[in-house]
Amino acid sequence: MEKFEKMTAIVAPLDRSNVDTDAIIPKQFLKSIQRSGFGPNAFDEWRYLDHGEPGMDNSQRQVNPDFVLNQPRYQGANILLTRKNFGCGSSREHAPWALLDYGFKVIIAPSYADIFFNNCFKNGILPIVLDEAKVEQLFKEVVASEGYQLSVDLTAQVITTPSGEAMAFEVDAFRKHCLLNGLDDIGLTLQHVDAIKAYEARRKAEAPWLFN
Amino acid sequence: MAGKTLYDKLWDAHVVRCDDDGTCLIYIDRHLVHEVTSPQAFEGLRLAGRKPWRIDSVLATPDHNVPTTGQSAGVEGIADPIARIQVATLEQNVREFGITFFPMNDVRQGIVHVVGPEEGATLPGMTVVCGDSHTSTHGAFGALAHGIGTSEVEHVLATQCLVQKKMKNMLVSVDGQVGPSVTAKDIVLAIIGRIGTAGGTGHAIEFGGEAIRALSVEGRMTVCNMAIEAGARAGMVAVDEKTIDYFQGRPYAPKGELWDQAVAAWRELVSDADASFDTVVRIDAASIQPQVTWGTSPEMVVGISDTVPDPAREPDEVKADGMRRALEYMGLDANMAITDIPVDIVFIGSCTNSRIEDLREAAVVAKGRKVAATVKQALVVPGSGLVKKQAEQEGLDKIFIEAGFEWREPGCSMCLAMNADRLEPGERCASTSNRNFEGRQGQGGRTHLVSPSMAAAAAIKGHFTDVRELK
Repeated sequence: MEKFEKMTAIVAPLDRSNVDTDAIIPKQFLKSIQRSGFGPNAFDEWRYLDHGEPGMDNSQRQVNPDFVLNQPRYQGANILLTRKNFGCGSSREHAPWALLDYGFKVIIAPSYADIFFNNCFKNGILPIVLDEAKVEQLFKEVVASEGYQLSVDLTAQVITTPSGEAMAFEVDAFRKHCLLNGLDDIGLTLQHVDAIKAYEARRKAEAPWLFN
Repeated sequence: MAGKTLYDKLWDAHVVRCDDDGTCLIYIDRHLVHEVTSPQAFEGLRLAGRKPWRIDSVLATPDHNVPTTGQSAGVEGIADPIARIQVATLEQNVREFGITFFPMNDVRQGIVHVVGPEEGATLPGMTVVCGDSHTSTHGAFGALAHGIGTSEVEHVLATQCLVQKKMKNMLVSVDGQVGPSVTAKDIVLAIIGRIGTAGGTGHAIEFGGEAIRALSVEGRMTVCNMAIEAGARAGMVAVDEKTIDYFQGRPYAPKGELWDQAVAAWRELVSDADASFDTVVRIDAASIQPQVTWGTSPEMVVGISDTVPDPAREPDEVKADGMRRALEYMGLDANMAITDIPVDIVFIGSCTNSRIEDLREAAVVAKGRKVAATVKQALVVPGSGLVKKQAEQEGLDKIFIEAGFEWREPGCSMCLAMNADRLEPGERCASTSNRNFEGRQGQGGRTHLVSPSMAAAAAIKGHFTDVRELK
């Protein structure tokens, strides 16, 4: 996993609540057996006017000019600003893979669905929770000024707006540590092999039917 | 000291170790695997030179991509080349790692959440995971079950553990009795309508109360299945005699002395009388009527006798905007009667409603009637090969076929339309599945979530209708 420490980047505003993972990456793209290559199909049904299928040349497709990510001013955005309960629905990790492949390293929203939130951290994406009022303020600022950028500093846990306003955010200490160092969870867990084996031995004695 | 909730007990029994900040390793007893969310996890194991920790805990079957006709041809019979590669990749992976597998032409194959309990591979008191959000289904038996992402699939394969913090406890108590023809599906849709799709975020939900206790275990599976649609990764119901009876004699369930020992432990899987919950929601069962979703989120749901809500009456502007967008996508007008909405397609199936009781419930309505001429297609897709066999022994297939339904082979099918069963743009479907998101059943498709009997009734009438008036 790639490390995340800090970034300053263009912000794209996706003004919808309850954006589900089916919308982030539609089902026909889940047939891939790879982890990469989902970016061109992120938000496929909103982004293009024609129906997308795996293997299509996306550069030849009919783009939906009304969809926010297609507007010239948001090209190159690495920060996604959105509304509450982002990433609800299916557990598909293809959703964060698609967002990351598109270029999003940071998401800012008032709340997230649990599985999606967790999946982000496993892939080097930082999902930041800000209260509704702050998110509303950022939406207004982003829309008002073209080229709007935010600076996100994970170490200091602070977002800085172009006017210099600092917005602090919370992040779980363990997840922060993993993101800052690009750590693989499996390697960390395998440091506790003895504890896992001890648990198994105890459990086998207590509940042998679980080890049939 | 206060008593423990069911979730507290399940959590405590599975903690391997915890850090000071509450980040814990939780031991996983059962890992269910399907073709869509596992290939990258197996590839990760290979790249790191890792082996699965406990292969006897893993059970795999293809379900999302499989066609619902011509399954006897096996993987080679899958027309879509990309889907075929994915199912073939699962077959290669289970062979390479030595994992128990029910392939496409095995009678035990089916939707992973139907197959697990049916085989007794899911048991009370277990921790169950699968790379699928509807894993919450297995909580119906007093298990701690939830969906995980592919990185976690790899993590569980490699370590038998998940990294987790404990969730909060929520009790949803459905008090009193439901009226006739009000099913588990209606109960859970009403719950989601009440608490919203983020109402259970950060919580494990225990469903309790007289109406939940009165449900069969299959009905409880329907309720727990949709816990994720209320935002909760895990939903669960306390163990009772029905739970224990369900597992008697199932292939992977314990036998003999081990059975007695297991049953004694399972009887403890209830919340203590003095347990406290962080959140408690009470719902009056008698107030629940058959439910129909009208929008593009499961929380956009009303009773069959209601009308489509009007965004003009919604004070929250963000919410009203979402409602307007949903109405536009769904091609509906505010204030129209739900019973005036016609349907093009009917889908009876999915991990929510494809078990034998669901098929019986729909067959009661279909028996001796005909699918309306205006309905283009009505599909019945059993949840597993064994459900299909049982239904055929009971003659349900004939009832459906005579009424004009298509009787298909098991899989996820039109719930998420990864196979050939899908809606065309603008088509409107009465569906017993779990998600009415935009494009879920096919790009531009319009989904209304209902119970099996309400889906069958819509097929017969050609529009939504109160199933209670059909009988």
